[in-house]
Amino acid sequence: MTRMATSVVRTSWRQAGPLPGLGLTLGLSLTWLSLIVLIPLLALLVKSAGLGPAGWWAIASDPRVLSAMKLSFGTALIAALINTLIGTPIAWALVRYRFPGRSTLDALIDLPFALPTAVAGIALTAIYAGNGWLGPSLESVGIKIAYTPSGIVMALLFIGLPFTVRTVQPVLENLQHEHEEAAASLGASRWTTLWRVNFPQVLPAMLTGFSLAFARGVGEYGSVIFIAGNLPYVSEIAPLLIVIKLEEFDYRGATVLAMLMLIASFLILFLINTLQRRVARGQTL
Amino acid sequence: MARPSEHTSAAITDPAWLRWSLIGAAVALIAVVILLPLAMVIVEAASAGWFAYLDAVTESDTLAAIRLTLLVSVLCVPANLVFGICAAWAITKFRFPGKNLLLTLIDLPFSVSPVVAGLVFVLLFGSQGWFGPWLREHEIKIIFSTPGIVLATMFVTFPFVARELIPLMQQQGADQEEAAASLGAGGWQIFWRVTFPNVRWALLYGVLLCNARAMGEFGAVSVVSGHIRGLTNTLPLQVEILHNEFNSAAAFAVASLLTLVALLTLGLKLWLERRHGEGLAHTPRSH
Repeated sequence: MTRMATSVVRTSWRQAGPLPGLGLTLGLSLTWLSLIVLIPLLALLVKSAGLGPAGWWAIASDPRVLSAMKLSFGTALIAALINTLIGTPIAWALVRYRFPGRSTLDALIDLPFALPTAVAGIALTAIYAGNGWLGPSLESVGIKIAYTPSGIVMALLFIGLPFTVRTVQPVLENLQHEHEEAAASLGASRWTTLWRVNFPQVLPAMLTGFSLAFARGVGEYGSVIFIAGNLPYVSEIAPLLIVIKLEEFDYRGATVLAMLMLIASFLILFLINTLQRRVARGQTL
Repeated sequence: MARPSEHTSAAITDPAWLRWSLIGAAVALIAVVILLPLAMVIVEAASAGWFAYLDAVTESDTLAAIRLTLLVSVLCVPANLVFGICAAWAITKFRFPGKNLLLTLIDLPFSVSPVVAGLVFVLLFGSQGWFGPWLREHEIKIIFSTPGIVLATMFVTFPFVARELIPLMQQQGADQEEAAASLGAGGWQIFWRVTFPNVRWALLYGVLLCNARAMGEFGAVSVVSGHIRGLTNTLPLQVEILHNEFNSAAAFAVASLLTLVALLTLGLKLWLERRHGEGLAHTPRSH
């Protein structure tokens, strides 16, 4: 790694501008990146590759692993979808309207970024548990959230909301009012303008927000495990199963599950990014 | 009635019914999804009274957790700061092949589950890991000990400072630095006298977010910590232990300390965005 770094430095040193420090800064960056991120991830790759197809299949076809993967990806998709659907109108209200308390609410959108996940986890559990603030009234109409997969979605809604609001917000702020005014002056109703003029301009940002919220949701652990109930085959998420396998010293199982999660989320993110690029270029879906 | 001040044209103003239902929906959703958990922490922490609260946060295991959390942050944040500055300097002031790959790799920890971040260090340094036997021979403990917690936290916080600096320094270009260099300034002088004043608020912004995550990280730390009371529990892990022991009041008391850090972070972040917004990168902020 360091040898590669120095060769990069030598070739580019000549093309570089008059500023000093490329060798030092790039060298330090690459060394630190390798030590903290790349070599550890390489260990995961090597360990999982060493198991061979048979070893992989034995773990990947285990019904408990499959149901944990299905649960993690399913709940993350549902939560990211809901977050996109509620995050966009929230962003619209925060950008377009003035009302008392607006700037406080706007600042609080970032709370999930700053609040430790374990704190969010115990707070959400306390709210939706049978003796909590919302638990009893929801249960009386037949909705049970704490210790069920719905609880997982609830935790992921909290974790993911800022991603969808914060990616749509700057796009709404920079929208050209001329387009809307032109549509209105040509006789389009407000609703038609919103749907035909504004929505297509915001859609790429909505997709970005969706994919960020989804990626975060798939791997989320801290806020989920408190509220999920963690019943195998029912409410046991993939990251928790990794932890359980590690506690049982089943390093192979943990490694394969981690690789499956990485591969699956990269594939899905790649699909979303492709879709987003097509939408941004104005092509039809 | 509140009117959006920047909209002069009535044609692009939403009808009142739409405006007020959207405002109502936004307020209700933010209240339920975000404010309710915050309120829960405060109410539950206060529920057992002032003395019980004081007892809970000054209990010896909690004090040990506070010390460990501060230690982790004190080690991770400066390392992240130095890395962020180095990476941003190399990436924004020079041209070299593979720059986009480097940018992608820096962001990589954001797309990895925290649990996997912990797992990779167990695979390296755990008893069955690559360096496990060697570490045991030399009686060095990394996993289930402070070094492992620090490493896992460094992994998950890796992109924070670099992410704030790189877009800003890209927007600013290298003209000022090159002018200083042509006048004979040395590398350190250029950085301290020209670059640093231009990026200090973005630097502080990155440090703030990095610190919040370093103090609050749960998944990655949980995997490598071993949950040894008074030794390897950070504050978030202490919250989990108290919660699992059904000691709800104490769990929420400790959680309220972390909530205080989060609210302080949000307050400072807001102040930076309001007062020094021009000194921050103009990108959608999502971490």
